[in-house]
Amino acid sequence: MKKTAKKTSSKSVGKSAGKSAGKSASKSAAKSAGKSKKARRQAKPVRDRRQAATKVIKVDYLARVEGEGALFLKYQRGKVEEVRLKIFEPPRFFEAFLQGRDFSEAPDITSRICGICPVAYQMSAVHAMENAAGVVVPKGIRQLRRLLYCGEWIESHVLHIYMLHAPDFLGVPDVMTMARQYKDEVERGLRQKKRGNLIVKTLGGREIHPINVKVGGFYSLPPWEELARLREELVQGRDEAWATLRFVKGFEFPDFSREVELVSLVNSQEYPMNEGRIRSSTDLDIAAQEFEAHFEEEHIAYSHALFSKRRGRGSYLVGPMARFSLNYPQLSAVARQGADEVGLAPGCQNPFKSILARAVEVLYAFDEAVRLLDNLERPAGPSVPVEFTQAARGAWATEAPRGLLYHRYEIQADGSINTAQIIPPTSQNQRTIEEDVRELVLAHPELDEDRLRHRCEQAIRNYDPCISCATHFLKIKKEVVA
Amino acid sequence: MTRRRPRLAVWKFTSCDGCQLSLLDCEDELLTLDRHIDIAYFMEATSRAEPGPYDLSLVEGSISTPEQLEQIVRIRDQSRVVVAIGACATSGGLQALRNFADIDEMTRVVYASPAHIQTLSCSTPISQHIAVDFELQGCPISKTQLLEVLGAFLRGERPVLPTYSVCVECKLQGVLCLSVSQGRTCLGPITQAGCGALCPRYDRGCFGCYGPKELSQPRALGEFVKAQHKVSDRDWVRWLRSYQAGASEFAKESERHEKDR
Repeated sequence: MKKTAKKTSSKSVGKSAGKSAGKSASKSAAKSAGKSKKARRQAKPVRDRRQAATKVIKVDYLARVEGEGALFLKYQRGKVEEVRLKIFEPPRFFEAFLQGRDFSEAPDITSRICGICPVAYQMSAVHAMENAAGVVVPKGIRQLRRLLYCGEWIESHVLHIYMLHAPDFLGVPDVMTMARQYKDEVERGLRQKKRGNLIVKTLGGREIHPINVKVGGFYSLPPWEELARLREELVQGRDEAWATLRFVKGFEFPDFSREVELVSLVNSQEYPMNEGRIRSSTDLDIAAQEFEAHFEEEHIAYSHALFSKRRGRGSYLVGPMARFSLNYPQLSAVARQGADEVGLAPGCQNPFKSILARAVEVLYAFDEAVRLLDNLERPAGPSVPVEFTQAARGAWATEAPRGLLYHRYEIQADGSINTAQIIPPTSQNQRTIEEDVRELVLAHPELDEDRLRHRCEQAIRNYDPCISCATHFLKIKKEVVA
Repeated sequence: MTRRRPRLAVWKFTSCDGCQLSLLDCEDELLTLDRHIDIAYFMEATSRAEPGPYDLSLVEGSISTPEQLEQIVRIRDQSRVVVAIGACATSGGLQALRNFADIDEMTRVVYASPAHIQTLSCSTPISQHIAVDFELQGCPISKTQLLEVLGAFLRGERPVLPTYSVCVECKLQGVLCLSVSQGRTCLGPITQAGCGALCPRYDRGCFGCYGPKELSQPRALGEFVKAQHKVSDRDWVRWLRSYQAGASEFAKESERHEKDR
C-alpha cells in the first residue's frame, strides 16, 4: 500500500513550551478534584503531541470513527489557542482485515464498523463491488435497497433526535428523565424508531448488522405479504413524523451561523441515498469515483480517526444539513411542506438546526418508503450474479444518515480484496466541528465555564458524530489563560 | 416502589456500539425497564455518569489497548455482577483477527503515523482479564436474550438461554437443512442458538456470529465440509475467522488448518 507522509512544521511548537507548566498544573487539579482516571489519562496524548511534528498523510483508511471522543479546548478572551476533537476509540484495523477476504464478505465485515448505521456500510460496499465488476442491479433490487436505507435513516435520525439531541434542548440528562415530563413525545419517538427498525428487520433480517444484503442484491426477497403490513406502519409513521416536526420546532436555537462548504451526493431524479454525483455548495461536481482526487485525509496525533479535507481548500460539511440544502428540489412535496412547517430553508448554516433537517428527512424517508412500496417491481430473483475473473477496482459513495460514506476496493482475479479504503462521514466533519467550537467560544465571551462547556458539547452533537460519544461526548479540558 | 432500584452501568471497550444499542432498541420495554433499574452509567444514552458501586455492569467490547487492562479491573471492583455482552466481549470480536497477524504490519497498513497508535497485539475477551458472571454471545446480541438477562438479574436468577445449536432452531422453524439438501456450507451445527436460525431462513448458510455452542465440534464439521462440499482449507479458515475468530473452539480449528498447509 502506497502512502505518503508529509511533514509540516507544527504551529504549536513555539507557544507550547511555555504552557507545559500550566498543563501539569491543570492535570493535578483534575486529580485533586477527584476526576476519573480516564479523564486524567486524556491529558497524556496532548503532551506527547507537543513534541511530535504534525504530519499530513494519505493512507488506506481505517474506518473506525464513531465511539469514544473528547474535546480539548484552550482559549483566552478573544482568542482560541487550541481546539481538538479527540477520538480515542481504540483502533480496529478494518482495512487490514479486509485484505485477503473474499469480495462477497465486505458488506458483512464493514457493517461491524458501526452498530448504528450498518446498512450504510453494506450499501457502500455492495455498490463499490458492483462498480468494480461492472454489474448494474435491476430496478426492483434498487428499490428494495432504497427502502432498506429509508429504514436506517429513520431509525438513526429518530434515535438522535429523541434520545441524544433533544435532551440538550430540554436541559435533561437523558431520554429516561425526559420521559417523566414529555411522556407522549418520548413514546412517539420510540414508536417511530421501532418503525425504522421494522423496515431494516423485514428486508435485512435483523435491526443491527442485517444478514440479508449481498453483492448483487439480497440473499432472499422479503415475503410480499409482509410488505403490505409494513406499509400500514409506515403510513402511520408518516403521520406521526409531523408531530416530531412540531415538537422540535419549539426548541430554542442558539443564534449561530457559519459559512462552510456543504458536500453531498446530488441526483437529478431523487433525494440522494444510494447514488449520485458528489457536489458542493461551491464549485465541486464530480463522480463518486473521483473522490480521492478531490479530498484527502490527515492522521493527527491526538485522534484515532483520520481528518478529511478538500484538497487545496479545507474543511467541509456532510450530513443532513448539506443534503437538505443541495437537494431541496428533490424532496417530495410532503417533505417540503414539513420543512416549511419548521421554517427550514435551503442554505441554512446554523448547525444547531440540524435537528430540524433530521426531522424533515424522517418525514421524507417515511413518505419515500411508502412511495417505494406502492411502486415496487418484484425482481425476477433476489440477486444477480457478480464475479471477478480479472483484477478490478471499484469505488462508490452513498449517503449514510450522518453523510457521505465512501468505499473503494481493489479486487484480485480470484475475487479476494487487495486493498480497501473507507471514508466515513464523521471523519469528514471533524474539522468543521472543531471550527464550530472555536467560533462559538469567540462568539460567547459572556458564557460561564459550565454553560460554555454545555454549548460546546451540544455543538458537537449537532453532527450526530456517534451514539456513545454524542451523548456524553466531552471531557472538556479548558485552560483559561489570564 | 419504595425499594431501591438496582444500579446499572453499561461500559464500552473496543466495539461497534451495536450491542449497547440493543438496549435502546428495546423500544417497547425501555421505559418499563427504567422503572425497575436505575441506569446510573451509560454513556451512549445519558450524561448522568454517576460513580459506582453498581449492582450490574454490562460490558461491551474487547480488551485491545493498555489502558483498558486497568479499566476493566476497576469496573470489576465496582460491580456486584458483571455480564459480558456481544462477540467482542465474549471472544474478542472481529478485531481478534489481529491475533493471527502481525499487529505492527496492520497498523502500518491503516495509519501513516503508526507511532501515534497504542494497541495490544491481541484483542481478548473480558473473561480473560476478570471474573465474569455471565456471557451473552452474539454479533450482535439478541435483544430478547438481553431482556432475559436483565429480567433474570432482577429476579435474582440465572438467565435461561439455549446452549444448543442453530440446527435445533432450524428444525423448530421447519427450515430445510441447507447443508444436507443443497450441499451448502453452514456453521449451524457448531454455532449457539439465539438468532432463530436467521441466515438459513434467508437462504444463507450460518456464518457463526453467535459463536460456539456448548461442546462445539468445529473439527468434525471441517472434515465434513471439506469432503462433502469441497471447501478448500483457505476457505474453511475464512469461515471460522470472522466475528467469533477469537472463540477458542473456532480459533483452534482455524489454526490447525494453517499448520496443515
